[in-house]
This record gives sequence, structure tokens and C-alpha cells, in this order.
Amino acid sequence: MRTPIKKWFKDGDPWIWINAGAVAISMIMVFGLLALIASRGLVHFWAHDVMQAELEGRNGSRMMIAGELVEKEDVAAEQLRDAGHTVPEGVEFMQRDLMKLGNRDVYGGDFKWIMDASLTNKTYPENIIVLERREWGNFYGFIDTIKESGEVVASGDDAWNELNVRIERALAIYSEIHDIEKIDIGGINSRMERLRLKERRLELNEQNTPENLLSIKEERAALDAEYKGMQSQLTQLYGQIGRDTLVAKTVEGATVEVDFSKIVRAYQPNAMGLTEKLGFYGEKIYEFISEDPREANTEGGIFPAIYGTVLMVILMSIIVTPFGVVAAVYLREYAHQGALTRTIRIAVNNLAGVPSIVYGVFGLGFFIYFLGSGIDQAFFPEALPSPTFGTGGLLWASITLAILTLPVVIVATEEGLARIPRSIREGSLALGATKAETLWRVVLPMASPAMMTGVILAIARAAGEVAPLMLVGVVKLAPSLPLDGNYPYLHLDQKFMHLGFHIYDVGFQSPNVEAARPLVYATSLLLVIVIALLNLTAVSIRNRLREKYKALEM
Amino acid sequence: MTTELLNRDDAMQDDTQTTAMNNTPENAPRTHGIDISALERGTTMSRIEDEEISLRVNDLRLSYGEKEALHGINMVIPKKRVTAFIGPSGCGKSTLLRCFNRMNDLVDGCEIKGEILLEDMDIYQRKVEVAELRRRVGMVFQKPNPFPKTIYENVAYGLRIQGINKKRVLDETVEWSLRSAALWDEVKDRLNDSALGLSGGQQQRLVIARTVAVKPEVLLLDEPASALDPLSTLKIEELIQQLKNDFTIVIVTHNMQQAARVSDYTAFMYMGDLIEFGNTDALFTNPSKKQTEDYITGRYG
Repeated sequence: MRTPIKKWFKDGDPWIWINAGAVAISMIMVFGLLALIASRGLVHFWAHDVMQAELEGRNGSRMMIAGELVEKEDVAAEQLRDAGHTVPEGVEFMQRDLMKLGNRDVYGGDFKWIMDASLTNKTYPENIIVLERREWGNFYGFIDTIKESGEVVASGDDAWNELNVRIERALAIYSEIHDIEKIDIGGINSRMERLRLKERRLELNEQNTPENLLSIKEERAALDAEYKGMQSQLTQLYGQIGRDTLVAKTVEGATVEVDFSKIVRAYQPNAMGLTEKLGFYGEKIYEFISEDPREANTEGGIFPAIYGTVLMVILMSIIVTPFGVVAAVYLREYAHQGALTRTIRIAVNNLAGVPSIVYGVFGLGFFIYFLGSGIDQAFFPEALPSPTFGTGGLLWASITLAILTLPVVIVATEEGLARIPRSIREGSLALGATKAETLWRVVLPMASPAMMTGVILAIARAAGEVAPLMLVGVVKLAPSLPLDGNYPYLHLDQKFMHLGFHIYDVGFQSPNVEAARPLVYATSLLLVIVIALLNLTAVSIRNRLREKYKALEM
Repeated sequence: MTTELLNRDDAMQDDTQTTAMNNTPENAPRTHGIDISALERGTTMSRIEDEEISLRVNDLRLSYGEKEALHGINMVIPKKRVTAFIGPSGCGKSTLLRCFNRMNDLVDGCEIKGEILLEDMDIYQRKVEVAELRRRVGMVFQKPNPFPKTIYENVAYGLRIQGINKKRVLDETVEWSLRSAALWDEVKDRLNDSALGLSGGQQQRLVIARTVAVKPEVLLLDEPASALDPLSTLKIEELIQQLKNDFTIVIVTHNMQQAARVSDYTAFMYMGDLIEFGNTDALFTNPSKKQTEDYITGRYG
């Protein structure tokens, strides 16, 4: 028997098994992670059925509740007895349900753990409605009446169609209001601010002559007039949107009056078929990736965070690529290959291992406090004491991450340059090209796939980085996008939102943990997808370059 | 074949020897086992003293760090002739070749003493622009090294480097160069395809075309056919014969038959010394040095 085992070892079979096993375990872990994130995150957007049930209190009191069943868990009977619940003898585990009851304005919280045993008469009434509101979270209950300017226009279950029609009208007005407030008035505000800064600059330069001030005054008057026009338009719109109110009843019978301007959408999950639910699901996902967040980031979408992440990564790539390539070209092509170059190379490699928070501290100390405040004093004295570049922002975040990823680009580019066959360089030199011409015309194009590899690794690292960003410009909620329609369009000094930080914020800084948890998973999934897309773009560029500059078989 | 373009010097020289005159097959002229029938057709032999000189090498010493690789080489390269360098591996023939266009400058720790005169200009002088020198002295390497560009761009590369971007000039030069390299008919329909799609032999001819395109005075060939199959080798050899009309050619080769077939003059080098240099026919038929004879008869190397 010994010989076959010995032979088995000699053949290398165990090695193959170990190698294949390692690959399999890695794959399982990666796909397991993705599956977990996806399942936890994507379920959130489904229109879950709303259960209505009778809840028996500990003292025997009874009340009606309605809500979505979010999670079930088994709790040890011992633990429940200690907590004061009555648990029948002989039962070891009891089921406990996490219910999303909504109606925060009525109950004070949206979520509640309820013993499954204390729920009786579970029903799924078709006419129960869910209202998504801009304030106070979801509402679960029934339509009572719809009022227009205080007059009842519809009531009871017939009001459902009326409700939808009026919600659509209110949403149209709401988006009009939103556009005016964000785009038009936002633009006026930005121009006003520039005027103020201009005036202040004139004052500082002691050029505040009456003529100069007059032109500013005229411009300001024009803006003011424009603003007044907008304002009256807004007042009118607000009047229109406030016309309708919905009077709704909770399952207990308490009445809640909801202004139509506060309703995002209303639906009857128990009455929806599968296709309707799928449509609803798509709508919710689209909302998630295209809308601004609401309710301390626990509702709505995360569009600004996606936007901020992508913009920051692109800026970072634009900064890091030329720097890294130039440094690598010098190290590999021009520098004398001696002890000093070796030391620099080791130092560069080690930079890749420095914890990212250290870069954050460096960015804060050097870029923001030193460079930024210097820039403010030299170029933006009119805005002081409020800082322009002397505070965290898109530019500093991109530069900090560029430094963080610089070693990766340098190392990859150097390897690419080292792989270009000597014969190709000699071929070019022998034709009368100088070293620089050879570099520009032959070597760098051929090394471009390697550079792209460096950029891909840099993107993968930078897009997932959170710690340094918290110090140099990422915020929980940014009032406007860093790239918009207001001069100078790209606001390098502005703070921005970032998916990675959003995950941290929603997951660990949120006042409403239960509501935020699925969003943590959904945002994580989205972050993975965004990074994958950025990487795929870079990979496809690299493959095209590779095809173009396919190196010779040498 | 070699004699056609050589100076026809009717007078038989005392110091050169004629080859055997017997032409019957069983007695085909053989010198030390090498078929030299190619040398038979001419009756006269050119002499280096009568040639115009392109390159002069005066006491050239080259060392890599401590180690001296060339120990004082003195020789001349005749104009519009083919000069072959032969010798065993590591004898310094490629090193010497790379001195002619200062390719050795790229090697760290390479030091050169002595002088090389190209048309009476010392190429190792400080004021000499290396790029300009390399334009005048082109080089083709052992392995084909086309750039990962189109065939057209490969040939136009040298011109573009010189700042020539006029389409008409480029088109004409590319065609002329490819014709000179006997490649035009094979590639004229796919000038915009990648040069890497060509076969090894075609690639090497493309590299020659690329070098010829900048119209150098001297063409250095460093074992240009050693990586090629016999048919491609034959084409390259034919090409060398044609190019001789326009260029001074120096070729390094391991293949002694090749040296005998294509060159007018041959230099035999051994261990960093130039052992013997002279008319190819003379060197192969009647070497004056024992080392040369040992080498060409295959006793070492």
C-alpha cells in the first residue's frame, strides 16, 4: 500500500489538489461575498406585502398593527424569560420578528421586534396602502378621504385612483419647484456670491470707486429682480402643491393628515401582481441610483455619491498618470542605475505599503493647511475668513489619492519599460533618432499597456479608499454636485460625497439603524459595480493598446 | 559575381594568389573544404590599396570596465564594397561593428580609445552629433526588430525623425526603399498593415528598407541572416549584392560560406585582435596567417 501513496505524492497530485483547492476557496469567498451583499441589498427595493395583525401585549391588551416583516430570528427561551416574557414550558426557542411598522409620527420609531407568538389574526388586506413620504418615513394604513382646499373630494377605497392622479400632479409641481430652487435660484445665488466677492476684492485693492461699485450694484439689482420673479413663481407653485391633503387612517384608526407635497409615492403592495412588483422594483432601483438622498441618507438615492466617486477617481487618474509615468521614465531610462536609484526604488515600493490614513493626515496637514491656506491668501483674499482651498475639497482629495496610488503607477510603468526589447530601442537609435525621440515615438507607446495596468490598479485602490478622504474633503451630504452648470463648472474646492464614505455614514452614523442596514449592502454592491465598471473601461483601453503595440516575440 | 563591380585590374598581383584553375566537377575548386567556385569567375583580384576608403580605424581600443575587448584595431573599410567580419563568438567583430555608429555608447562602462574616421571626420569627437552619425551609418541587427507600427510607418520612421512629413516625399521614399529591399511586390497592397504580421525574412528586409530609407552612407549588418531560413537568407544575400551599388556595406557573419559569397573583403578577428584582413578570395584560398587557416578549415571556432 505504501508505494501507491508514495507514487501519488511523487506525481505531484497533492499539489494539484492543494492549488485547485486554494483557487476554489478564493472563488467561493469572492462570490459568497458578492452574493451576500447582493441578496441583502437588493431585497430592500422589493414591494413586500404588508401584514395586518393583532398584537397581544404582555398585560393582555390588544392592538392592531400593520407592517412589513423584515427579519425573523430564533431566540433562546431562557433569554426571553430573563427579559420578562412568558414562555411556555418545554419550548426552547421562540421566533421573534422584526416588523417595519412605519408611521414614525405616530409610534415614534419605524421598526419593532415582536414575538411571533403574540401576533394573531394575520391578514393581508388588499386595500392597505404604503405612502413613501419625504418626512417621517413610510406610512402604512388606509385611505380615509382626500381633501382639496379643505373640501372632501373623494373618500373610502374609491379614492385610490383619485389619490394617484393627484400624486402625479403634486410630483410634477414638486419637480418644477426643485428645478427652480436648485438650478435657477442656485445659479442666482452663485452669481450673487461672485458679485459679493468681486466687491470685496475691489475693496481690498482699494479700487472701490463709485463707478466700479455702481456696475456691481446694477448687476445685483438685476439679479435681485430675477430672484424676486423666481420667488413669486415659487410662492405660486407652493400654493398649488399645498392644495390637496390626504387624510389617512392607521390600522388602529388614528387619523393622519398628509400633505400631498410630502408624498413621494403611494402603492398597495398586497394588491400588486408579480409584473407590477417587478416594475415597481425597477423604479426603486432607478430611484436609488439617480436621486438625491432623503431622511439623513436612509431613504432616496445615492446619485451624488456615485457622481463624486467617479469624478474623484477620474481626476485622480488624470493627476497620477503623468506624474507616475514621468517618474518611472526618469528612474528607468535616464537615472544612473546605482545605489541611489535602487534606494529610491525601494522607497517607492514601500510607499505603497504606508497606511492610507497617513496619506490623509499628510493631505490635511500639507495640502489643506499649508498649500490651501497659502492659495487662499494669495488668490482668494476676498473670501476670507471663509476658506476656499484652505479646507477639504475635490482637488485635495484627488491629489491625496494620487499620491497614495503613485507607487503603483511608477512600479507598473517601470516594469513595462523594462520589458521593451533592447533591440527595438537600438533599431530606433540606429535610424538617427535621439533618445528622447525613441522614447516618445517607440518606447512609451509600447509601454502604454503597462501604464494602463498601473492606472487600473490605482483606480481599484483609490475608488475603495475611505479613510484619507474623511480628512480631505468627503462629507455626509453635499449641497451641490462638484460639476454643474454654474461658473466655473468644475468646483475643485467643493466638498463632495463618496460611496465608500456613504457606506460608513449610513451604516454606522445613522440615527435609524434598521432602516439604513439594507442601504449599506445596496451601496456596497453599487460601489463594487462602480469600481468594476471603471476597471473594465481601463482594461478595455489597455487591451486595445496591447493589440496595437503587441510586442515582438523576443 | 563579386568581381563585376570590382576594379578590373588586369595585372596579376604578386601578393595575391589565384585559385586553382581546374573546373571539372570531381575536381571542383575547394579550399579547406569550402566550395569557392563562386570565386572562379573573375580572373583578377581587387586590392584594398586601390579602393576609395569610407571608414578608417586607427588603433582602436575598447574596454568594458577592466576588460579590454578590442586591442588596437587598424583597418580601412572600402567605399561601396562589401566587407565581412568573421571570427569565433566573442572575438569582438560585433563590438567593432557597433563602434562604427557608436552603438557601444549605450553600454555602461564602455570605454573607447583610438579613432575612427568617417570620410576623414573622427566620429568619436565631442562635437559629433551621435544621431546625425547614426543617420549616416545605418545598422541592421541580428533579429528583425520592426516597430509595432504599420509597414509604411516603419519605413517612414527615419524620415519622420528628420522632420520630413510631406506625404509625397514619404510615399516616394517608402516605395523606393521597399523596392531597394526587394519587398515592394510582397507588401505594396498592405502598407497599412502591422509590420509584425510579416514573416521573419520579410521583417528583416523591411528593417533593411527602413535603414535604407534615410539614405545612409554606410550600412552595418550584424549577422542579418542568422535568424532566418535558407531561402530568406538567399534573398538577403542577393539584396546585399544590389545594395552594394549605393552603399558601403559591413557585414558580420558566422557563416563563412556567406562571407565568401557576398563580400569583397574579409576581416578575420580573434580574441579582440584583427588577425588578417584582405581580399575575400585571397583570404579564403590562401590565408597568410595560421590562425585564419585554422579557423576557415574548421579547426576551431
